[in-house]
Amino acid sequence: MSITTDSLPVAPRLAPALSVGWLGWVRANLFSSWLNSLVTIALAYFIVKYAIGFVDWAFVNAIWSVPNDAAGRPDTSSCRDNKGLGACWAVINEKHRFMLFGTYPYEQHWRPAVVCVLFVGLYIVSAMRRFWRMELALIWAAVLTVIAVLMWGGVLGMPYVPQERWGGLPITLILATFGLAFAFPLAILVALGRRSKLPAIKALCVLYVELIRGVPLISLLFMASVMFPLFLPEGMNIDKLLRAQIAIILFAGAYLAEVVRGGLQALSKGQYEAAEALGLSYWQKTGLIILPQALRLVIPPLVNTFIGFFKDTSLVLIIGIFDLLTAGKTAIIEPMWQGFAVEVYVTIGLIYFVFCFAMSQYSAKLESELNHGRRR
Amino acid sequence: MIDTIRARGQLLCGVSTGLAGFAQPNSQGVWAGFDVDYCRAVAIAIFGTEQNRVRYVPTTAQVRFTALQSGEVDMLSRNTTWTLSRDTSLGLDFTATNFYDGQGFMVKRSLGVTAARQLDGATICVQPGTTTEQNLADWARSVRVNIRPVVIERLEDNIAAYLAGRCDAYTTDVSGLAASRSAQQVPADHVILPDVISKEPLGVLVRHGDQRFADLVRWVHFGLLAAEEFGITAENAAGLATTDNRPEVQRILGRTGGLGQMMGVDNAWMLNVIRTLGNYGEISTRNLAPLGLQRGPNALWTTPGGLQYAPPFR
Amino acid sequence: MSDTAIDPRYGTKPPKRPLRLSWGDERVRGIVYQILVVGIVGSIAYWLFSNTMHNLEVRRIATGWGFLEREAGLPIAEFLIPYDPTDTYLRALQVGVLNTLKVAVIGIVLATILGTILGVLKLSKNWLVSRVVGAYIEIVRDLPLLLQLLFWYALLQGLPGPRQAIHPATGVFLSNRGLKLPFFEWEGPHNWALLLMLIGAVGTYFYRRAARAKQMADGQPRAIWPAATVMMLVVPLGAWYAMGAPFTPDIPALRGFNFQGGLTVSPEFFALLLGLTLYTAGFIAEIVRAGILSVSQGQWEAAEALGLPRGRVMNLVVLPQALRVIIPPMTSQFLNITKNSSLAVAIGYQDIVSIANTTLNQTGQAIEGIAIIMVVYLTISLSISLFMNWYNSKIALVER
Repeated sequence: MSITTDSLPVAPRLAPALSVGWLGWVRANLFSSWLNSLVTIALAYFIVKYAIGFVDWAFVNAIWSVPNDAAGRPDTSSCRDNKGLGACWAVINEKHRFMLFGTYPYEQHWRPAVVCVLFVGLYIVSAMRRFWRMELALIWAAVLTVIAVLMWGGVLGMPYVPQERWGGLPITLILATFGLAFAFPLAILVALGRRSKLPAIKALCVLYVELIRGVPLISLLFMASVMFPLFLPEGMNIDKLLRAQIAIILFAGAYLAEVVRGGLQALSKGQYEAAEALGLSYWQKTGLIILPQALRLVIPPLVNTFIGFFKDTSLVLIIGIFDLLTAGKTAIIEPMWQGFAVEVYVTIGLIYFVFCFAMSQYSAKLESELNHGRRR
Repeated sequence: MIDTIRARGQLLCGVSTGLAGFAQPNSQGVWAGFDVDYCRAVAIAIFGTEQNRVRYVPTTAQVRFTALQSGEVDMLSRNTTWTLSRDTSLGLDFTATNFYDGQGFMVKRSLGVTAARQLDGATICVQPGTTTEQNLADWARSVRVNIRPVVIERLEDNIAAYLAGRCDAYTTDVSGLAASRSAQQVPADHVILPDVISKEPLGVLVRHGDQRFADLVRWVHFGLLAAEEFGITAENAAGLATTDNRPEVQRILGRTGGLGQMMGVDNAWMLNVIRTLGNYGEISTRNLAPLGLQRGPNALWTTPGGLQYAPPFR
Repeated sequence: MSDTAIDPRYGTKPPKRPLRLSWGDERVRGIVYQILVVGIVGSIAYWLFSNTMHNLEVRRIATGWGFLEREAGLPIAEFLIPYDPTDTYLRALQVGVLNTLKVAVIGIVLATILGTILGVLKLSKNWLVSRVVGAYIEIVRDLPLLLQLLFWYALLQGLPGPRQAIHPATGVFLSNRGLKLPFFEWEGPHNWALLLMLIGAVGTYFYRRAARAKQMADGQPRAIWPAATVMMLVVPLGAWYAMGAPFTPDIPALRGFNFQGGLTVSPEFFALLLGLTLYTAGFIAEIVRAGILSVSQGQWEAAEALGLPRGRVMNLVVLPQALRVIIPPMTSQFLNITKNSSLAVAIGYQDIVSIANTTLNQTGQAIEGIAIIMVVYLTISLSISLFMNWYNSKIALVER
């Protein structure tokens, strides 16, 4: 009997409805045990509750513009009455150009706007692997020159704009990007120096890296604003922005040097030995064999470090330089707009977030791609 | 120094980062105010005109002295109090007191406080790195009042903290309080207490070691005072320069005496300044009266209670 | 025969070649390079130094450390050691250092706890939980810390005033003046009890070591908690009771402008601590997650196969291995908290940077002021690094 039943063709039993398809997914990932179900429900409740609260504040009850009063000044009383219930986006509406471009001459705002677009374009081009060649350095040099010309003007019929009047997002991008562009070569030299067999050079590099990494960026910025002027001979002066830029380059150089050193260490010893066996000199070996490989390895951590600087440039607020955050804070000094800090912070936060999130997603993707390639 | 400025074609003038009535950029981004007028006056005395002759460098309380020491600015016209230690240990010179101020307190009217002594136990917002902070500590000790300080770096954050109710009172120079108060939507909601707890002689600073430039800055101030004393105004200055027969007026306006040359500038230096900016009284009225500030000690010595006095022009 | 026993590759060093005075000799080049670099760096340093000296003299800027003995006259809102504006600058700076340490230490502890919890939750099998934690981590990591601090400070200032304070329990008040908590009057016996508790903690540590050693010898696990309770709780409480059990509750109450009595957490400190903790926890969570993932699944399975309960698997098998991966990056996060606490200056918490900054402003002695800040941070950084390196080497894999 058993033989007959065994030999009969039996239709395969279907998996229980609750373990496949979206229901199965929900059960496995949200309601796998009673504790899990409880957590899911509680969490979902809070998410929905706060999401509704936020939508109410940011959109439903928000005020997007305010009328002018008799004297032609904006009348913000409707916003004040609405405080706590809804956002007052009117402050952004009114001040967005000031927040983005600071005290740059109003009719010339197209120049910093183009500069911002150029910066974004530069980032996108640098992110594409097919441009990872020596020519990239030339592209950077060219774009940064165009940016400098646009900001200062004085040629091609663009009026000259002194540095004291620059402000807003371009300053943030300038500090971060120029910081990286100049810190990178410095970092490579220091990283090589730290791995050098020559004791004096090694000691100098270690001293520099550890000293800078041991103190907060703020102290370097203070140094730039109150001590640099003492370092220079009489009559020689460099302006505030440049001093802050130098401090950021020195700071970035130390951190990048450690990233690059990581790449140098990750390279297998065989590469060094093979290069030496070919009879290459130190600089040939480094420039042709070691660096091209090591730098490729460190691109993901390099992007992460860059995100860090990008955020850290906001510290120039403390020494009174007009970056994005400072411009945002200055925008709400005017008495009628005082008290709408949260709206301004949310907006500025969004700008920072867009930049940093894009970069961090990119670096995560790149990392997995590079790892994938190596694992094969 | 005067030659350096002349060769450069511009006077570098350090001003504050924004204080209503004293130095603030207007909506077109043009600087205006009492302190700013002193920058303009010195530029006019040197160049004869102020058109594109002044470059304003906004300085925070923290970097103002460094900026002047290092030559980033030629002069500092920025509500800075003249004290012994600043005069002697910073390598800077105070030229003259162009504004007599004093430190006071502002509280919300709803608090019902009428005198500073009632602030026992109160939380007070104060900006660090200024004499204000030290005065507050000195005062609290001398009248045995217990206060809690909240020390915030940026001026606007201080005011924001006071308005948000983080502090019961906000303390700074009375002129600064008046400026903040007048900027509020309902100024009457805030009271400036009658107590003034310190002397704050404010003036223009220059680097130590260049007496000629210091002399010029000092005498531009005296010239403005003398002009008010003799009734020389922006309107009548040009006329008086040719018609007035009082010897001192003639010397101020450069018709006789050659006083300008003694300082290395054109003899018509004060005439140019007054023609453009008016005398001390006019500068004061234009910039400070809208804040509701009285002349008080800043009136001429000829008025009772006035302290502003110019030495003779001869 | 003995010749063959030595592997010629690892044996004696190659004979030292005599130094040839030619550019072709690597060592000669090395020496020349070093002299060159040291010379350039040295002359730049000398140039800067001589400029500075010249400028200080020409500008008549005072130098030296004499100002440390002068009366500071600056009001400080929060202090751990008694302070009055009549005290010296030195004292004010000490207060600043302690304030920095206070926020750094509490921040490190809280960020580690929160970061570890978040890191474990990110690995949760519950999709919603891991997604919410992931979103949180992404948001805090992608916004500047300074902006976050300003945001928290603005939110805390938006709380109601002291007269309308939020009052969830007796003696607890939350207002824009900070958080007020009930406390009790600190008296002599409390010091003794605290001291005994510390001694008890040290005692517990040694007891635990001895118990472990015995367990290694005979395989018997010994409970530690009874001894710990006696040493750290019963003895100190007994001593406190024996000394008369002084206890005067100190409940905050609204008097005049503000609350009097009780324990205060100021909005400045609170905003700084909140910002630092939430920000750094985002980074620590990622480190912890990576650390746990680095322990292979086989370790879990093997430990479970031995019959260990899940909690003990985590404690005894997975964590010790994960820690080796976690500790080095964690050290740099601890250093970051300490360095980032310097942002206090933006929201009015008086840490060392804020006080040194005011000092250099009042005395005009910029070099000394900046030097103080740098030395303090270098000392703290170095101490944390040394401690963590010691800990790291202690838990490092002992290889045969």
